[in-house]
Amino acid sequence: MVVFIQQFINGLAIGMAYSLIAVGFSLVFGILRLVNFAHGAVYAFGAQFALVIFVGMQISIALAILLAMVAAGLLGVIIDKTALEPLRKKKSMPIANLITTIGISHILVNLMTIYFGSQTRGFPALFSFGMIEVAGVRVDSNQLMLCLVALILMGVLTIVVQKSKIGLAIRATEQNTKAASLMGINVNFVISFVFFLAGASAAIAGGLIASHYRIVFPAMGFDAGLKAFSAAVLGGIGSLPGSIIGGLIVGVSESMAANFLGSAYRDSVAFVILILVLIIRPTGLFGKKAIMKV
Amino acid sequence: MLKIEGLHTYYGYIHALKGIDIEVGNGEIVSLIGSNGAGKTTTLGSIAGLVPSSQGRITFEGKDITNVPPHKLVQMGISLSPEGREVFPALTVEENLRLGAYTKKDKDRTDASFERVYDLFPRLKERVAQLAGTLSGGEQQMLAIGRALMCEPKLLLLDEPSLGLAPTLVAQIFALIEDINRQGTTILLIEQNANMALSVASRAYVLETGSIAMSGPAKELAVDPRVKEAYLGAH
Ligand SMILES: Nc1ncnc2c1ncn2[C@@H]1O[C@H](COP(=O)(O)OP(=O)(O)OP(=O)(O)O)[C@@H](O)[C@H]1O
Ligand SMILES: [Mg+2]
Repeated sequence: MVVFIQQFINGLAIGMAYSLIAVGFSLVFGILRLVNFAHGAVYAFGAQFALVIFVGMQISIALAILLAMVAAGLLGVIIDKTALEPLRKKKSMPIANLITTIGISHILVNLMTIYFGSQTRGFPALFSFGMIEVAGVRVDSNQLMLCLVALILMGVLTIVVQKSKIGLAIRATEQNTKAASLMGINVNFVISFVFFLAGASAAIAGGLIASHYRIVFPAMGFDAGLKAFSAAVLGGIGSLPGSIIGGLIVGVSESMAANFLGSAYRDSVAFVILILVLIIRPTGLFGKKAIMKV
Repeated sequence: MLKIEGLHTYYGYIHALKGIDIEVGNGEIVSLIGSNGAGKTTTLGSIAGLVPSSQGRITFEGKDITNVPPHKLVQMGISLSPEGREVFPALTVEENLRLGAYTKKDKDRTDASFERVYDLFPRLKERVAQLAGTLSGGEQQMLAIGRALMCEPKLLLLDEPSLGLAPTLVAQIFALIEDINRQGTTILLIEQNANMALSVASRAYVLETGSIAMSGPAKELAVDPRVKEAYLGAH
């Protein structure tokens, strides 16, 4: 039982971080109906950029992660402006956009290998004030803070989308791009803003996960990206609460599988669950019935 | 106020507008009538920046606005209530209207716009918290017009505001259009219902397969035998 609870908590912590990546998939999908497969690479960039400036500038790792947030947010905007916006202008087929994001993902990973090195590098712990132990179940300070920071960020994101003026513009653009532009909304700015939010939250997730496992490497975004994507779909892509629940399910299931079935099962259980959920509920757990796209 | 000169618009190889000239003076209601596929929606789309024009010029208050993106035109005072309403279905009535005032910075002015729209459409006021997608067709039309008014436009473009409405509601909508105009908004109106369109307008243009076939004072067009035959259901 103790082992079960322990694994559950481990899973929750890592799952919260997956949620933060998942929310980026969800936001971009909501507004462009596009799965941004470059998102995992942006996450990896966030973690590595944080490490590089932590080492290079001798600043605290928390500050380094904050700067990495801004950098990864801007990277998201640059990806959209240089590769995706021109495709939209040409009204190209959705599949072309999709392939482009996959291409960008590989380009980014290559560039990171060139500039940051291909080796796995150590990453400092973000928080270290010991651990809490209750009845044999341990929660270390990193896990605790990981959950807390992720929760706060999800809260902020939800408020931005649901309560702010730009959030209203985001929701309007999601529903009807043409009508949104007729309201005086600069749709391209809204899209950039969404890419920024997605990139920034991916960088936070990158920093949190890197300081949890204490390592970073250029290709770290492939697995995490796929898992977060499945978390987003599982929860219902386009839904913020869906991303949280989806992330937690993926995190907990992989932690359980690694412990009870063996670590070889770790990476596949999330996908088995994903397939089962989609068979039963094609729109995901929190998915709306296909939003009308006029 | 608005001047269109020699405007050509293409959709791929379809030549939808073949060099049209239209002028709308300050304070006027001008109607654009024509059968299905004549290019009426395309004309409004070209003015509002939704459809790129390939040749010709559109000026608004002396400024060239050809191919200016829609969000900038809203700031300049041009607002379109599009064909088919296009309200945001998963947002409330209030949120839809708030979006109409998106470009406004001043909270008092926004509140005043809300008042004005709720005065014109009391029905919307009763339904502020309802999702726009669940409104009836007529209510959605009111919302679309109300939303277009929220930015206090100088020029209001209306694309078939009476489409799909019951006859009593059509009369109501036209009465409202005249009210809005009396309050100082210039209006360019597209209508299938040529009778109504000509009765509220001061001048009108008849569009036929991408070209202006006739134009003149609405009263004269209303009695023109060709117009009667083609658009007014002559007896
Ligand atoms: N997006 C588009 N792609 C290709 N052709 C289009 C497009 N939109 C309009 N057209 C064509 O351009 C022509 C003019 O269309 P438009 O919508 O302006 O007509 P309309 O006068 O508004 O007709 P209606 O009264 O039926 O609304 C039509 O032949 C139409 O088929
Ligand atoms: Mg039309």
